[in-house]
Amino acid sequence: MMRAVALASFIVLALTPSFAFAVTPAEMLSDPKLEARAEALSAGLRCMVCQNESIDESDAPLAHDIRVLIRQKMLAGESDAEIRAFLVARYGDFILLKPPWKAETFLLWTAPFLLLLTGAGAIAIAARQRKTAAPSALSAAEKSKLASLIGEEKG
Amino acid sequence: MIVETGHFALVLALALALVNAAVPLCGVVGRDQRLMAVAPSVALAGFFLVALAYAALTYAHVTSDFSLVNVVENSHSAKPLIYKITGVWGNHEGSMLLWVLILSLFAAAVAVGGRAMPVDLHAAVLAVQSWIAAAFLLFILLTSNPFARLANPPIEGQDLNPLLQDPGLAIHPPLLYLGYVGLSITFSFAAAALICGRIDAVWARLVRPWTLVAWIFLTLGIAMGSYWAYYTLGWGGFWFWDPVENASLMPWIAATALLHSATVMEKREALKVWTIFLAILAFSLSLIGTFIVRSGVLTSVHAFANDPRRGVFILAILVFFIGGSLLLFALRANALKPGGFFAPVSREGALVLNNLVLSTCCATVFVGTLYPLALEALTGEKISVGAPFYNLTFVPLFLPLCALMPIAQTLAWKRGDLLGSAQRLIFAFGCGLAVMLALFAWRGGPSISLVLAGLSIYLIIGSFADLATRILGRAATVKGHLFAHAFGLPRSAYGTALAHAGIGLSLLGLAATGWGAQKILAMKPGDVASVGPYDIVLQSIGPQTGPNYTATVAHMAIRAGGVEIGDVDPAVRFYPTRQVSRAEAGIKTIDFGQIYTGISDGDTPGSVNARLYWKPLVTCIWFGAVVMALGGLCSLSDRRLRIGVARRARKLAAAPQAAE
Repeated sequence: MMRAVALASFIVLALTPSFAFAVTPAEMLSDPKLEARAEALSAGLRCMVCQNESIDESDAPLAHDIRVLIRQKMLAGESDAEIRAFLVARYGDFILLKPPWKAETFLLWTAPFLLLLTGAGAIAIAARQRKTAAPSALSAAEKSKLASLIGEEKG
Repeated sequence: MIVETGHFALVLALALALVNAAVPLCGVVGRDQRLMAVAPSVALAGFFLVALAYAALTYAHVTSDFSLVNVVENSHSAKPLIYKITGVWGNHEGSMLLWVLILSLFAAAVAVGGRAMPVDLHAAVLAVQSWIAAAFLLFILLTSNPFARLANPPIEGQDLNPLLQDPGLAIHPPLLYLGYVGLSITFSFAAAALICGRIDAVWARLVRPWTLVAWIFLTLGIAMGSYWAYYTLGWGGFWFWDPVENASLMPWIAATALLHSATVMEKREALKVWTIFLAILAFSLSLIGTFIVRSGVLTSVHAFANDPRRGVFILAILVFFIGGSLLLFALRANALKPGGFFAPVSREGALVLNNLVLSTCCATVFVGTLYPLALEALTGEKISVGAPFYNLTFVPLFLPLCALMPIAQTLAWKRGDLLGSAQRLIFAFGCGLAVMLALFAWRGGPSISLVLAGLSIYLIIGSFADLATRILGRAATVKGHLFAHAFGLPRSAYGTALAHAGIGLSLLGLAATGWGAQKILAMKPGDVASVGPYDIVLQSIGPQTGPNYTATVAHMAIRAGGVEIGDVDPAVRFYPTRQVSRAEAGIKTIDFGQIYTGISDGDTPGSVNARLYWKPLVTCIWFGAVVMALGGLCSLSDRRLRIGVARRARKLAAAPQAAE
């Protein structure tokens, strides 16, 4: 529901009464290879007016326009990278669902691995300290008690 | 009058929460039994009052009392009764009231069910719980009053958002909230343990059932939400790495880590500091989730942002509780002595590794969710963090964890034998490999799906390897029927096996998405389209009128090899009150797979645009979550044995010959 409540608000804004969803047959290219490329590309692009939906999934008119644009450019022979660069120049990095690797996102991309390493390091240090505090050997009294207990069980 | 009674009850509940936040704590500090004894009855009374308030709001919704702002904005007289009831929590004010209702429900449950607890711990837990209740009651009364009246009531309401008019909404939020808010008990236990200085194995044993209950509901709630998104949003996706979804995933991961570390604390008195910290963290993440969802910080142009006071208020609650508990933690945790010793290769060592990876997973989701916010606040630059990010970070962390799970299960406490464990898993590993090769020969397909499928089979079978070895081992040395040996094993062992196998089952469902098929096309009546192994025939397109909507319905027959095996009726519904359309998917479950169909208005009259999918084994994704929850339930039922330990011990002493 939480998603729904958040979605609810955007849908009211993004949807026109004439309901069209995601990729429509009319938008699609006849060449299945090119169409698959277009779908893969648009699945990695964010619909700018929606909440966390890709261009491929979105109902919004903007998403429709970009889907058509991508296909036109593909027919004109542009590569995925060229089309992506064109869209980023227009809309900024915001359109990429996979954040680009650059100074501002350095921490984002490295955080999981830094955290894993830090955690592992902390555990290793804790384990080393623990080892020094390992239980000492049994005293003579404990040994004799142990022996008597074992004897009891056998007997 | 009923509505005002509800409002008044809510104010009274706040007063009681304030009493319970102070009096029992004075009792704990002053060692006064009488003051401590106040806590349970006040907690029960508080629950009763909040329930009364909630009932009053429900009454207003059911009777369509349009003099209430909340009812006008979220209801309509023609709305079906079920959605009048579920619509109570389909909006901000109502859902916060449900939040507090569940909070006080858990307090009441502890008040009644915790009578066997040490008195000071019991009182302190209920006091901390009252602090939380007081904060959120204040939030509701000051910023989100569901009982606000209108001077000039309109004749008709604005209806509930059509997306929320769905049976899934009836189950999903209460389940999710039971989990989300259930973690408050774990938090209260942690804070109470720090206050009372009772951080030991007994504490870990007492808190376990509550964590399990919250975890079970959270698991089911997330799965339900995922399935709801799958069939409602119209294009068959089931997880979007949406911030709102992440908000529920983070507490789940933390609670999972907590369940595992609490086992070490309970059995071996080790990892005490860490377990307490996780207990605080799990609920803190719930609070952060509430903040993310309720403050509108993520959707600044949208509904909740029109009242920034709410965001600031929740932020203040967040800072108070997280900061306060961490301060308490910092002050008290140093006094803890290290617990039992264990070798790196041991059950404890494996559980530490589990906690390391799960914590990193949780932190990854946290960073991914909040990084764009932080970056925008600091530099004004906007970025998106979507599924590709999590596929490259979360998944590579999580999959090795799945591979290690069966090994960890077969390791002994204190000092394990890695080689021996690996030997016990040869069968499971062989099965996984065989399935992988068979699928490759039969279907080919994406390599990630092949790996996932192999991993899932290994995980499902490997989860039971430990149980099998134990049962067979006992059968070889002790006389008795195999079933008797199986029954003799602790239920928590079965719980672990089931929960891990559930994850394997979900992975299998995920793997199978690689072998699905889809078709997007314009269809007229009579058209046939083949998708996967099935043919779908569009038989007719017709109008339909519901209580508060009109719809276009496409009737489609599903054929396998020319024989009709079922039909689906995907539709587009139009809700005139809100001027909104919504797709209604047509779904037919075949074995564990599903035919999933959706339509939208066609470009030419008399046709529809259709999306047809064949999703093999897709139900396993959610079925796996249900198995996980069953595992939790199984483990929970083990608790009876624990409570009965003393009684049974007395019985055994009375009849020593029964021991063998």
